[in-house]
Amino acid sequence: MREAATPWERLRQVLVTVGPGGLWLVLFVLIPTLVMLVASLMSRGSLGQLVPPLGLHNYVRFFSDPLFIEIIGRSLWIGFWSTVLIMLLGYPLAFYIAQSRYKEVLLLLVVIPFFTNFLIRVYAWIVVFQKEGLLNGLITAFGLPPLELLPSTFAVYVATVYTYLPFFVLPLYAAVERIDWSQLEAAYDLGARPIRAFWEAIFPQTVPGLFAGFLLVFIPAVGTFVIADLLGGGKVILVGNLIQLQFGSAQNWAFGSAVSMVLMAMVLLGLWLYARTQGEKGLDRLV
Amino acid sequence: MKRWLAVHAWLVFAFLYLPIAVIVALSFNQSRFGVRFTGFTFDWYIRLFNNERILEYLTNTLIVAVVSTAVSTILGTLLAVGLVRYRFRWQNALRYLLYVPVVVPDVVMGISLLLLFDVVRDAIGWPRLSLFTIILAHISFQIAYVTLVVRARLMLLDPTLEEAAKDLGATPWLTFREVTLPLIMPGVISGALLAFSLSLDDFVVTFFTAGPGSTTLPLYIYSSVKLGISPEIHALSTLMVGITILVLLLGALFWKRRV
Repeated sequence: MREAATPWERLRQVLVTVGPGGLWLVLFVLIPTLVMLVASLMSRGSLGQLVPPLGLHNYVRFFSDPLFIEIIGRSLWIGFWSTVLIMLLGYPLAFYIAQSRYKEVLLLLVVIPFFTNFLIRVYAWIVVFQKEGLLNGLITAFGLPPLELLPSTFAVYVATVYTYLPFFVLPLYAAVERIDWSQLEAAYDLGARPIRAFWEAIFPQTVPGLFAGFLLVFIPAVGTFVIADLLGGGKVILVGNLIQLQFGSAQNWAFGSAVSMVLMAMVLLGLWLYARTQGEKGLDRLV
Repeated sequence: MKRWLAVHAWLVFAFLYLPIAVIVALSFNQSRFGVRFTGFTFDWYIRLFNNERILEYLTNTLIVAVVSTAVSTILGTLLAVGLVRYRFRWQNALRYLLYVPVVVPDVVMGISLLLLFDVVRDAIGWPRLSLFTIILAHISFQIAYVTLVVRARLMLLDPTLEEAAKDLGATPWLTFREVTLPLIMPGVISGALLAFSLSLDDFVVTFFTAGPGSTTLPLYIYSSVKLGISPEIHALSTLMVGITILVLLLGALFWKRRV
């Protein structure tokens, strides 16, 4: 072995490698979060700017108004059920891809929508659901009256499921690929019926992938404002829309910062629970 | 059982591709309104290419993506090397900070950067919201993805290779350049591609950090969807989907040949 580098030399190496990236994260991730925290404690000036006095009034306003609690509740509700639907659609799909002879091609078919521009994917559903759209074209061709699907909660659900489905399938597929199938044979040898054998031998092996996939879909689904904005058009207000509104037409940056802090706190709480059950390995599965 | 799995899978694929197919079909449709197909035309493409504003937005999008990817790939790769190879104070804090841009909803990331730029501008009169602030914002989330992808690759490396180089008298820089970097190159390329596509795709963070004169394609699509759709958007979307497929196919072939 070569002699260890001097402490000074080591410090220099750490500074050269970690220094620039670390500094960037501090300047553009940590400090903005702290600025947001301070902003959330300030008040709205006559032009919407941030002014003293400092206090918890924005948080008090948020938590004492049933309207805002309802918005948080709706975001969690729509986010949760969209995620459940995505899991129901994506779970069998991952298995189908993993056992297929053409898995590379099928994976590519999942990845293409994933890399297609997010706004185009949302916009596509406007084309399908709008008054003169594809769906109503089909419905009226059968002599039925056209449906009013824009804006609607239904459209928000469909587009959310559509947008985030690949986010779930990809990590789950990685988990399915690693399954030890000999356990299934063992279960059969021990006399288990197919459903029981799957449930006891295969399902537990996919649980880490399920957790990672759940988080990867649930967090952006709760935080999105574009989908509800374009397809829910003022009818479906989610927490992301509330934040956008405060930084847009409502011109109340202080209150918007407080709502952002609440959303961020919820995400970090969920992540903390996840890290406690899944460990740091689980965090790495998120990328 | 297997048959049901197949039926389910193809229904999901139909769901994934139906909206894309509709947009592609409409981009060749003569009729300006509705989805009734009245005839085949290339008109919307011709209009698209004669639309100078769209070309300007495309240029903006590419400038942001190229510059931010270059910076974030260099910083992220170095950061990953440092995190894996050395032990230092605050290391855990830095590791957790790295996950923040990955998990925090983009709307929160966008407004926190908007607030930062605003506070700094109030203090020193700079920076104006522009392509420059969009680039700063994009690097801030890209760097986390690049670092995590490269780090995963680094952790698979055999550390004795680097030790051998050092034993033979190589300086740390020479070891990095001649041994570590070539070995982690696939990870660096994947990280850069991911960073590039995240930048091209980003709407939300860009929305909050863009100023007048720094419209990107996603911002343009958003505003035209809000104002009422022009079929040029169908043509633009079709081209973007086509380019996505082409890049992914080339990427898949490239990886296959390497393996």
